[in-house]
Amino acid sequence: MIVADQRPIGRGLETLGAWLLGLIWLLPLLYAAWTAFHPAIYATHFSPLAPLTLANFETAWQAAPFSRYLLNTVILVTLILAVQFVLCTLAAFAFARLTFRGRDLLFAVVLLQLMVMPDVLLVENYRTVVQFHLADTIVAIALPYLGSAFGIFLLRQTFLTIPQPLDDAARLEGCGLLARLWRVYVPLARPTYIAYGLVSVSYHWNNFLWPLIITNSVTTRPLTVGLAVFATTDQGIDWSIVTAATLMTSAPLLVAFLLFQRQFVQSFMRAGIR
Amino acid sequence: MRRETIHAWLLLLPALVLLLAFTHWPAIATLIDSFYATPHGSRSPPFAGLDNYVGLTQDPVFWQALRNNAWYAVATIPTSIVLALLMALAVNEALPGRAILRMAYFLPTMLPMIAVANIWMFFYTPDYGLFDRIMAVFGGGRHNWLGDASTALPAMIAVAVWKEAGFFMIFYLAALQTMPTDLREAASLEGSSRWNYFQRVTLPLLMPTTLFVSVNAVINAFRVIDHIVVMTRGGPDNATTLLLYYIYEAGFRFWDTATAATATVVLLTIMALAAVLQFGVIGKRVHYR
Repeated sequence: MIVADQRPIGRGLETLGAWLLGLIWLLPLLYAAWTAFHPAIYATHFSPLAPLTLANFETAWQAAPFSRYLLNTVILVTLILAVQFVLCTLAAFAFARLTFRGRDLLFAVVLLQLMVMPDVLLVENYRTVVQFHLADTIVAIALPYLGSAFGIFLLRQTFLTIPQPLDDAARLEGCGLLARLWRVYVPLARPTYIAYGLVSVSYHWNNFLWPLIITNSVTTRPLTVGLAVFATTDQGIDWSIVTAATLMTSAPLLVAFLLFQRQFVQSFMRAGIR
Repeated sequence: MRRETIHAWLLLLPALVLLLAFTHWPAIATLIDSFYATPHGSRSPPFAGLDNYVGLTQDPVFWQALRNNAWYAVATIPTSIVLALLMALAVNEALPGRAILRMAYFLPTMLPMIAVANIWMFFYTPDYGLFDRIMAVFGGGRHNWLGDASTALPAMIAVAVWKEAGFFMIFYLAALQTMPTDLREAASLEGSSRWNYFQRVTLPLLMPTTLFVSVNAVINAFRVIDHIVVMTRGGPDNATTLLLYYIYEAGFRFWDTATAATATVVLLTIMALAAVLQFGVIGKRVHYR
């Protein structure tokens, strides 16, 4: 019973700790938001009466071609997602439901990509892309990520859980291989597609190093690289404008996250549990 | 050949070609290139044997990058995993404002690392960054967090932990939510304390998650250098040069592709060893249900 008596205090302390951690976690974002939404003079001192303004966002938006960067990012993530969906679906089906010699070995070879990611093979991939005269194109940013072991793995696991009788029934009705894949497997794997889609979009929306290396002009740079170029060359010190640009570039994903929080969190969970 | 085999290969072909071209082939090519000198012009480069490896061991910056990366990994991985577990435990309870807390923890995950870097750079600004302002309240003076070789790497570590912990929390949370509640009821009937229960039941049941999270944490500690590129460029005095940043500089600033390839081989070896070690050590203590 002593245990029970100690509980309210213990619980109170835990709540306090959890909130303190939450506050620390929010602090950088709140500080950035404060700076972005106030005139530059208030960046350094806090006053509850400081006037709110959107001027920093306007200045940032006009100071660099962010609308073009945004378009590039949207094209990039759409391209990657569309190709990944198609290629991973086909490969996952082969691994899940077809039997052929060397299947398990091949699957293991594919899974190697989970450890050896294209992100660390910069020099060789740069060389390959240059050889195909694709440097400084949006396709070049996408190329190393189009064949995704993660996607193949995730979809294979899902396809394996789909009851074989459903497949057999479709076959009896005269459905060919692709028709069965399209009518039986793809619809039933919808949650996995959503999960994988959200993970893929947020990964490539935020990806930086490879796009930085392979792009060199306004018409190809994604938002992340555009932001880095903007923050380092144009604005050394004007933090109000830099933070405004920073929040602006992250906003689409953040807003989507806040609107569909449950969906996002569950997707990340689904993608992580094997 | 059987029809099914032909079908299978046709389905696999597009994905396999891309996978092999941008993951497996470059990994092998890196290994081959590490035995050749950097090519100049169109002449094929001369065979260099182990020269590149010898050169690498004689470069003090390479050793510093290794040391930095080791410290960076040792500090970020356990910290973010423990914090992630604490966050998940907190958010799994019926706390007031649980939804907001969960959002607060997870939010940094959704931000591009480059945005995070900008925000924290402002945070660390001498005099009017939040860090110095908080220090000033406690009587601290002006400090150039990113400009001082002794604080620059810890500053990078803080950024990585802040960005990563919430992401790992998700996986712990998922595991906690699938945990059987009858165990807990049985334990509380027997009068076992919460700490005891956590240690004896919760923690062992979370082992598969811990393995998964730690593998990811190790990969990230060697893979993500966006914040280094933006915040410090490896400085001051190479204090924040991580292994991949060293490769990036060798490959794309000095165009010394032989050194870059050789260092990449080292990086891949470290990651492979880490994977073997993790599955060997933690893997043995994992009880899959």
